[in-house]
Amino acid sequence: MTATASIGLSDLRSFLHGLPGVDKVGVESRAAALGTRSVKASAKASAIDLAIRMVDLTTLEGADTPGKVRALCAKGRRPDPADPSCPAVAAICVYPAMVPVAAAALAGSGVHLASVATAFPSGQAPLEVKLADTRAAVEAGADEIDMVISRGAFLAGEYNRVFDEIVAVKEASGAAHLKVILETGELATYDNVRRASWLAMLAGADFIKTSTGKVAVNATLPITLVMLEAVRDYRIAYNRQVGVKPAGGIKNTKDAIKYLVTINETVGDDWLSPDWFRFGASSLLNDLLMQRTRLTTGHYAGPDYFTLD
Amino acid sequence: MFSYAPAPESRSVVEIASSYGLFIDGAFDPSKDGNVFKTVNPATEEVLAEVASAGSEDVDRAVDAARRAFQSWSTLPGSERAKYLFRIARIIQERSRELAVLESLDNGKPIKESRDVDLPLVAAHFFYYAGWADKLGYAGFGPDPKPLGVAGQIIPWNFPLLMLAWKIAPALATGNTVVLKPAETTPLSALFFADICRQAELPPGVVNIVTGAGDTGAYLVQHPDVNKVAFTGSTEVGREIARSVAGTGKRLTLELGGKAANIVFDDAPIDQAVEGIVSGIFFNQGHVCCAGSRLLVQESIAEELLFSLKRRMSTLRVGDPLDKNTDIGAINSAAQLARITELSEIGAQEGAERWSPECQLPDRGFWFAPTIFTGVTQAHRIAREEIFGPVLSVLTFRTPAEAVEKANNTPYGLSAGIWTEKGSRILAIAGKLRAGVVWANTFNKFDPASPFGGYKESGYGREGGRHGLEAYLA
Repeated sequence: MTATASIGLSDLRSFLHGLPGVDKVGVESRAAALGTRSVKASAKASAIDLAIRMVDLTTLEGADTPGKVRALCAKGRRPDPADPSCPAVAAICVYPAMVPVAAAALAGSGVHLASVATAFPSGQAPLEVKLADTRAAVEAGADEIDMVISRGAFLAGEYNRVFDEIVAVKEASGAAHLKVILETGELATYDNVRRASWLAMLAGADFIKTSTGKVAVNATLPITLVMLEAVRDYRIAYNRQVGVKPAGGIKNTKDAIKYLVTINETVGDDWLSPDWFRFGASSLLNDLLMQRTRLTTGHYAGPDYFTLD
Repeated sequence: MFSYAPAPESRSVVEIASSYGLFIDGAFDPSKDGNVFKTVNPATEEVLAEVASAGSEDVDRAVDAARRAFQSWSTLPGSERAKYLFRIARIIQERSRELAVLESLDNGKPIKESRDVDLPLVAAHFFYYAGWADKLGYAGFGPDPKPLGVAGQIIPWNFPLLMLAWKIAPALATGNTVVLKPAETTPLSALFFADICRQAELPPGVVNIVTGAGDTGAYLVQHPDVNKVAFTGSTEVGREIARSVAGTGKRLTLELGGKAANIVFDDAPIDQAVEGIVSGIFFNQGHVCCAGSRLLVQESIAEELLFSLKRRMSTLRVGDPLDKNTDIGAINSAAQLARITELSEIGAQEGAERWSPECQLPDRGFWFAPTIFTGVTQAHRIAREEIFGPVLSVLTFRTPAEAVEKANNTPYGLSAGIWTEKGSRILAIAGKLRAGVVWANTFNKFDPASPFGGYKESGYGREGGRHGLEAYLA
């Protein structure tokens, strides 16, 4: 294990509570200031392509069917059928039951296949069920697992329980990359977001992710900023890089670019890659495509010129 | 690196004439003796316009106009004066883009600051004091407070239009008339404001703008028919003004220099403290009298904090003030650049360690890279003298008592900052700091409702808020 040995599980609480606090007013004003950066012309064009390459194109509905998932996979492989220069997305993200369908549809494409697991989205299931959920997804072909933490346990101060669960899921994930969803909207404070970020990283997360997309507050720029600061500081302390994935609520190009600016000015180049930053989104992709076409052709095309997911 | 393409704000939103006269009694006229001076764009050294230089006869004429206007202006019902102020505030909002570009051109400050800080605050100040105009009897200065008469006001170049607003808005709300002298290097926004006064159909003579250098200011201060002098600028000039006004019965408020301590305790929210340090000293190129120019950091976290600060400073973008992504613009004048350069060299000679991030400075214009000095002690000149530029002196302390002692160990006392997550500590320390403004877990935040002013050599009197009315009422 990475850092657990050096901290010691019994010290987890004092470690997490010893992290510097986050001032709410300050972090929100910093995020707002980053949001005023003006990204135009060539900078905008490369930002849009990067953002497309960072998308985890997602469908997480009770109504998901094989047909729907296959359509999404086709879209992810080739987001703009009219323009072969348009890059593919980073991954397709589905429920475990849909993994076999997606695996077949994505075979050979280089697009990753992410599956939510661990009784997504609430995480309110026995550990054995969560681990079985995870193993099933990996066996069916998922190479990325998006797990949820037990927010109830976290809020009750049972940090070791949350930690142990992440460790167990990481083990069950095998070679698959583990993204740990903090569900920041339920953690409520920035101090909790910072603590949960560190907790997940110490337990072995490859990525920390904001949200399930299923609660009232999903990804926000200041929350993502706090998480970026956490991965930055964690790498300095433990020499291991962890990725960040905001998910839910990022709907247009303008917002996506604000996130890229925030990466750029908080953690820099090293995270400006789909290996280290993802957008969990669905409707974002079509806006990126629309803006991309606008930059190449000089005019906006109507929504009918972009494919439905 | 993800590089942002140039994003220049359009210059075409502002039309600058080749020459400007003095604004006296509602009209623009050349100076009596025809003297002019040039105002330049400090980012390019390009001449923006020629501006009339007011001599003693011009100042006489301006004060006479203000005196005549005082008769009717001071007897207007407060609710009527408020209408003019509300109108001015609205016009400022309507013309804010034009004024922001103008301010960045003449001053050198980045457009994001003139657009997002200066102009909104200018309008807010007029709105705020407009609200007081008909409620002066309830401000705590007696049931029927009276205006003083003609106010002679002299403002600095660091926030030209904002300092104008701080001076003119309370003066007019209370029924005074004004003769205002903008700084020699930044006269243009005051002249545009004169145009706004005409647009708002403000009665002639209520606001007069006399441009010029120090001599013009001295005539104005010494003019026997001026009842009130308000000055913002250097402590040196403030002293001269206090001397010349002494015994004349003129009322005086002075807002002078500062050498503020920004105190970071070991339990501070570090990432936000770093932001506060950066905005404390690099906001407006450090041309801020209340800048957090002395960083007092608890020794136990000094190394960690400085590491974060340097990393953050490496992302600062220095350059074209009109580019929307510029964080640090041009130094306002060659003279100011010389002073910053000189004091920085002294800092290095005295043994402090100097550091700046790598940054490419433009070839033309006046520029200074953001700079920090570590290993500074109370005995260094850069810890005592106001540099008024993007230069931070870093000192350390061990205990809260030592922090307070060091923070107060300065002839100045304009502002201070405290960074800690502990609320009780904020209250305890704030009560012990001899500074007019104490910010807690933030820095350089302004609001028209909040009084602003100094202790000791930072001046006397308060501007802003209910307190700001007092300086203009008898």
